[in-house]
Amino acid sequence: MKILENLKYAKNHEWIKVEGNEALIGISDFAQHELGDIVFVDVPSVGETLDKNEAFGSIEAVKTVSDVYMPVGGEVLAFNEALEGEPALINSDPYGEGWIVRIKMTDPAELNDLMDATAYKAEIGL
Amino acid sequence: MKYTVYAKKHEEIGAKMVEFAGFYMPIQYEGLVIEHEHVRKAVGVFDVSHMGEIYVRGPKALELVQWVSSNDASVLTDGKIQYACFPNTTGGIVDDFLVYRINKEEYLLVVNASNIEKDWNWLVEQNKKIGAELYNASDEISQLAVQGPLALKAMQKLTDEPIENMEYYTFKYLTFAGVPNVLFSTTGYTGAGGCEIYFKNEDALKIWDAVFEAGKEFDIKPIGLGARDTLRLEMGFCLYGHEINDSISPLEGGLGWITKFVDHKDFVNKANLLQQKQEGVKRKVVGFEMIDRGIPRQDYEVLDENNNVIGHVCSGTQGPSVKKPIGTALIKTEYAKVGTEIYIKIREKALKAITVKMPFYKG
Repeated sequence: MKILENLKYAKNHEWIKVEGNEALIGISDFAQHELGDIVFVDVPSVGETLDKNEAFGSIEAVKTVSDVYMPVGGEVLAFNEALEGEPALINSDPYGEGWIVRIKMTDPAELNDLMDATAYKAEIGL
Repeated sequence: MKYTVYAKKHEEIGAKMVEFAGFYMPIQYEGLVIEHEHVRKAVGVFDVSHMGEIYVRGPKALELVQWVSSNDASVLTDGKIQYACFPNTTGGIVDDFLVYRINKEEYLLVVNASNIEKDWNWLVEQNKKIGAELYNASDEISQLAVQGPLALKAMQKLTDEPIENMEYYTFKYLTFAGVPNVLFSTTGYTGAGGCEIYFKNEDALKIWDAVFEAGKEFDIKPIGLGARDTLRLEMGFCLYGHEINDSISPLEGGLGWITKFVDHKDFVNKANLLQQKQEGVKRKVVGFEMIDRGIPRQDYEVLDENNNVIGHVCSGTQGPSVKKPIGTALIKTEYAKVGTEIYIKIREKALKAITVKMPFYKG
C-alpha cells in the first residue's frame, strides 16, 4: 500500500496534488484497492464550479459504485481522457496516470483542512 | 456472524473478507476480474460451505419434496439432481435449491445460506400434515465448488472412480483424497463446468490441501464470491434476493421451466400459479445490455422512452468475459421482447439499454 508523502488526503480517500492555483485529484491506493477492478469513470462535472465535499463524479468497479468528492472547492477544468479507454489506470497507477480531474481551486486555504500522509495513514489504519 | 472451516485459510492467503449471508466469506483474493477469467479458461475453487444442506428421509420423503418443490422430483432416479424452487402461498418464492435423490427414501436439498433458517421453518411447517423426517446438516457439512474446463481433469487425480465423463447434474458418493463417502456432484453456478464436493467439516482442511495440490499443474486458484456473482450473472442464472424473492413468482422470475403443472403432482400455490401461467404474467425478468455508458446496479429504476417507470434492475455488473455492462430487470411484460429499447436510470440520467436473450456469455 503506497501513500505518497507530497499529497494531501481527504476523508473520502481522494488525494490532491497542488500545482500553483490548480490541482490534480485522484483516489488513494487504499481506495482503489477497496473498490477492486475499476471499469468506468463518470465525470459529468467538467466546466462546473463545485464546493468542497461535493461529488464531481463516480467510479464504477465491477462490484460497486462510489462517488468521488472535491477535497477543496473549485472549477473542474479537465477530466483525464486516458481513463475513457482505460479506467483500470486508477488501479495500476492511482497517483500517476490514474489521476481523475484537474481543478482550479477557489480557496487554497481549504487545503489546510486536509490530512497529510502521516495523518491519512493513521486514518486507514496503516 | 458464522464462520466456515476455511475462514482462517482465506485470511492467510490474502483474501478480502466480507460478511455475506451472515457468514464471514472471501469476496476476492487476487482480483475479481482475474479470478473470473481464470474460472472461464482453467480452474478455480470456491468455498461454498455457507450453503445449507437439509435431508428429507423416510417413506414420506418424496411426498414432502413434491409438495414443496415447483419441479417434479418423481422423475429423478438415484444419483440424479434437479434444480427447483419452493413457491410460497402468496405468489413468491421461499428459496431456490437443488434436489439430490440419494435413494427413494432419502433426498438432499441444498439451499441458499441466506435462507437456511427460513427454509427449515418452511419445511417443518409444510411437513406437519405429511410426516417425512427432516434433518438440517448445514452446520456439519463443508462444500467446495471446483469450477472451470480443467476442474474434472484435476479432481480425477483424487479418486479411483471415473468422474470425467459424469453427466451434468449427477452425483456419486466416492472416496476422494482418501476420505470415504464424499458427495461428488457435477453441478455449479458458473457455466464453466466442474463439480461441487460435499464432506464433513472435520475433513475440510485435508480436502482443501489435496484439491490445491492436485490442481497445481493446472494453475488452480482460490476464487472469491465476487467472481461467483459475475460468472453466474453472465450465464443468466438467478440469485435469490435479486431475480427472485418472496414476492416474485417462479413464472415472473424466469423459472417457468422448473415449474411443472403435471396431473400427478400437487404443490404449494399450484392453482394460483397455473392461473398466472394461463393468463400470462404482467411482469417478467429479462436480460439487458447497456447501449449508453454506465453500469446498472440492483434496484435502479427501468424507464420507457417517456420516462415512465416500467420496472427495476435485479442484478447488474460489468461482465468480465462479455466485456460490457449487463443486467437483469423485472419489467412490464410489454417491454420484455428481445430487442426492445429500455432506459436505466443511473445517477438521475436515463441511459439507453436493450433487452437481450440470456445467457450473456455464450463462450
